[in-house]
Amino acid sequence: MARTLTFQQAINEALDQEMARDESVILLGEDVAGGQGADGDMDAWGGVLGVTKGLYGKYGDRVMDTPISESAFVGAAIGAATAGLRPVVELMFNDFMGVCFDQIFNQAAKFRYMFGGKAQTPVVIRTMIGAGFRGAAQHSQSLYSLFTHIPGLKCVVPSTPYDAKGLLIEAIRDQDPVIFFEHKKLYPLEGDVPEESYAIPFGEAEIVRDGRDVTIITLAEMVHESLQAAEQLAADGIDCEVIDLRTTSPLDEETLLESVAETGRVVVVDEANPRCSMATDISALIAQQAFSALKAPIRMVTAPHTPVPFSDNLEDLYKPDAARIADAVRKVSEYQAWQTTESKN
Amino acid sequence: MADNGIQKLIMPQWGFSMTHGRVVEWLVAEGSQVSPGAEVLEVETDKAVGVVESSVNGTLRRHVARPGQEIPVGGLLAVVADPSVSDEEINRFVDSATVEQANDDPGAQEATPQFVEVAGRTLRYLKLGDGGEQGGGGRPLVLVHGFSGNLNNWLFNHSPLAADRAVYAVDLPGHGLSSKDVGDGSLDTLAAVLCDWLDAVGLSQVHLVGHSLGGAIVLALALQNPQRVLSCTLVASAALGSEIDAEFVEGMVQADRRRQLKPYLERLFADPGLVTRQLVDDMLKFKRVDGVHQALGSIAGKLLADGKQSRVFRERLPEIAKPILVLWGGQDRILPASHAVDLDPHCSVEILDHCGHMVQMEDPAEVNRRIADFLRDSD
Repeated sequence: MARTLTFQQAINEALDQEMARDESVILLGEDVAGGQGADGDMDAWGGVLGVTKGLYGKYGDRVMDTPISESAFVGAAIGAATAGLRPVVELMFNDFMGVCFDQIFNQAAKFRYMFGGKAQTPVVIRTMIGAGFRGAAQHSQSLYSLFTHIPGLKCVVPSTPYDAKGLLIEAIRDQDPVIFFEHKKLYPLEGDVPEESYAIPFGEAEIVRDGRDVTIITLAEMVHESLQAAEQLAADGIDCEVIDLRTTSPLDEETLLESVAETGRVVVVDEANPRCSMATDISALIAQQAFSALKAPIRMVTAPHTPVPFSDNLEDLYKPDAARIADAVRKVSEYQAWQTTESKN
Repeated sequence: MADNGIQKLIMPQWGFSMTHGRVVEWLVAEGSQVSPGAEVLEVETDKAVGVVESSVNGTLRRHVARPGQEIPVGGLLAVVADPSVSDEEINRFVDSATVEQANDDPGAQEATPQFVEVAGRTLRYLKLGDGGEQGGGGRPLVLVHGFSGNLNNWLFNHSPLAADRAVYAVDLPGHGLSSKDVGDGSLDTLAAVLCDWLDAVGLSQVHLVGHSLGGAIVLALALQNPQRVLSCTLVASAALGSEIDAEFVEGMVQADRRRQLKPYLERLFADPGLVTRQLVDDMLKFKRVDGVHQALGSIAGKLLADGKQSRVFRERLPEIAKPILVLWGGQDRILPASHAVDLDPHCSVEILDHCGHMVQMEDPAEVNRRIADFLRDSD
């Protein structure tokens, strides 16, 4: 039976249900138990933002606090996965992934391939992304495109509580390494979540709004900004289809191309920096495979190619929002192929 | 009916989650004659756009609800009265009804589904109407959905049928929000669970309406426990012939993505345009729940043998000494309407030529009218 949960509670429930179902599921990370050994440890913190709260009390030693050494505990989780456990490791902010890249992209991502399918690495790395939290340059990036680039990794970027639970359960049951990106601004978002366990298959984008005029392709928190833009545009008679990628690897190319074939006009909205990003990747895909359907150049709405600023005002300018998305949609919907020769604006 | 012959048309409740409906447009002008089943106005809810039908006979004197207005379930939509009733009387009636409505707690009327434990399983059901004085005094009715359906398949039927009697819609095991354990998945097992559920909710004798797989379960129950059954209504029922679109059944078990599932769902309706993204997404949400795949697989495994239906009760219909109504869509692509031909003579048969398999959703007005008439004769 569905009830309302926050994005954060939905993640907690997915972990709880999978730990109850499968003894080989363990959690590890900095402070995921929290307050271990101290008075009142059964009601411990549960991670820096409390996402794993309550699990230590229920599952004891299967929830492990680690030293502040990402390369060590991510490596340990990957090793444990190859040896038969299903670790879910929390790496607080994706900005810190750099210190354990070798474990992730040279080891976890390559084992199945290099050992001819004889080794499997069912590890999930949960990590926070996103600006808007006044976290400055080292705690605010959205680095999913770096991991999407690497064959052998699966990348999940949910936007709703329902998807967060179903995709995390799928991630835990998956036999390959999965990086699970949680936008920290989404944690308080509420939505209907069934009590039962359910798994959402990877590689199926969600059409979150049907429309005929322009396709907006997006992910994570930008799904909500895009929906808001679509509502504003509907009042002006522009009918937007909004597609939530849900997973960037595997990528549901078919859903994107089918939509573009109908609308012929595309805006890609991505909070990340613009070079070598999901926005450029999807634009290239569409330019290559749906060129004849296009009625206007593809537009990207992204952050600028700068670090995330610390200044509140600059951070607000840095992040794409509904107004910028609506502006881009207007431009692609007004575009006429002959306008460059008629009036050079 | 009020003493002066003034009658109300009210906002129906389509499904348990509906609390309000938004008036889209009037289909009948003030001053026109209406009769039961006549399509009167279009209403939009969170989930669907539907047509409100007249429940009464007479002249539509006043549109009370205006297009764009949100009206609570049970709220006054229109007034029907004889032309001899004066406009002043109509005004007074509308005024007092509107005041009453404003005083009602909007949440109080909302029907919510209930859960009951039946032999180790939890079953969900929704009861509407009470069969008491206001309910027309009819005997209770149970609605049984089909394969991979749920109690919301009766969205457009449940509330209208509850005007005469208490009407229960139940989620079969493996379906909706009931437990996913279906035992061996056979018709006999499912019918036995349904019978246990009747005990659990205290229903000794009921009218049964079953759609598709639900029809086969109704037949199995009537054969196992004839004393529990007042009548059977079989809507595009399974087990009345051996042909079946086995590919559809297998597809409903296997498909786990929107693109795979949609073509199968389109086979359910005469007009495939009725398969909206919302409908596909709701089906996917159900199919993703742990245990559903196995449940549907077990039921399909018992239902089919070599691409045919493994159980056919056609020859056993004479054993059921209760009234039987058979409704079918002439364009049914899952179970052919030819299964309604040459049935035992004590069955009344109606074919709705313009409908596909989901007869009760495609032409609810006609289906509701025929079931209500049949039940009144069988009470």
